[in-house]
Amino acid sequence: MTEHTVAARLTAFSLPAMPPELPISDVSYVVDDTSVGRMLLARSESGALIASAFVPDSDTEDFWLRRLARQVSPRVLRLPRALDLARHELDAYLGGRRKEFDLPTALVLATPFQRIVLGHLSAAVAYGHRTTYGALANDIERPKAARAVGAALGANPLCIIVPCHRVVASSGALTGYAGGLAAKEYLLALEAHT
Amino acid sequence: MTLPPFQYLVDAHWRDVCRLAHALAGPVDGDDVAQQAWTQALAAYPRLRSSTNLRGWLLTITSHCAMDVHRSRARRPVPVQDIIAIGEVAGRSQEKGPDADRPDEVLWSHVADLPERQRHAVVLKYVVDLDHLGIAKTLGTTPGMSRRLVSDALATLRLATSKDELT
Repeated sequence: MTEHTVAARLTAFSLPAMPPELPISDVSYVVDDTSVGRMLLARSESGALIASAFVPDSDTEDFWLRRLARQVSPRVLRLPRALDLARHELDAYLGGRRKEFDLPTALVLATPFQRIVLGHLSAAVAYGHRTTYGALANDIERPKAARAVGAALGANPLCIIVPCHRVVASSGALTGYAGGLAAKEYLLALEAHT
Repeated sequence: MTLPPFQYLVDAHWRDVCRLAHALAGPVDGDDVAQQAWTQALAAYPRLRSSTNLRGWLLTITSHCAMDVHRSRARRPVPVQDIIAIGEVAGRSQEKGPDADRPDEVLWSHVADLPERQRHAVVLKYVVDLDHLGIAKTLGTTPGMSRRLVSDALATLRLATSKDELT
């Protein structure tokens, strides 16, 4: 028996009693194991991606789900099929087959200042390039705000999609990353080689 | 007051809602009642004022959905095939799905013949292990009346099952 058949039969397994099938609601999410770690993806009812976060353990996952319930809507449902587009694009990016994300996004979990920083980062720093906290602060005409810029990047609710991993210290050192420094290194190496 | 993600309610309580819906509405309508209950709960959820006793809230919605379905159809007692016997259930509602145990069709046909409020009270008590305060809230009555509904139901069921054994 091929592995594929086994997998298909495992997928087809059904209980006599099944959980309810609910429609796409205010917030739909999925948690996926990726090559850079366990990630939570969430979208709004309109289809915009609103969260892409590293959730290494269930406490972090719980933190994000409660945050979505509080800041967006308590109608938060686990609906993997609603995240198909985001999973597909993320998978292609991590496999080196995609350099830009086309899916709709919304920074509803970000503050106005975070939106300015993250918006500029997405628009100005392309695949395979890097910038520094200071340069980013200059770009948004807040030259003294390098630390605030660092904090805004640290709060990025759309990790990888909004490429905060492309921002390094002025010394060139990789500083902190929500997904861990190994993930940041992995992403920069991926972009350097494809 | 912040409400937890709705998915947490689904994960924690879908088995209980399913069991209650099947116990009240039978194998034919049970799935529909459970599905309706979840749809109504999801729609109403953001307006909920308290996050205490979310399980009781879901079971109340399920009970009301079962009454609606019951009224919208001609009364037809259907033996429930997939609910475990009343005497065996207390305390086990979390671990097992409705299809996990042996059916007891005869008993359940007697349950289906009970007056509606007795039927709901006895099912809420023994299938999903709700206390009398919870049953009273669900049925819009007092804990004292809930006790009476449950004891009347049990008396009727005892009599009916003892007649079965004699025949």
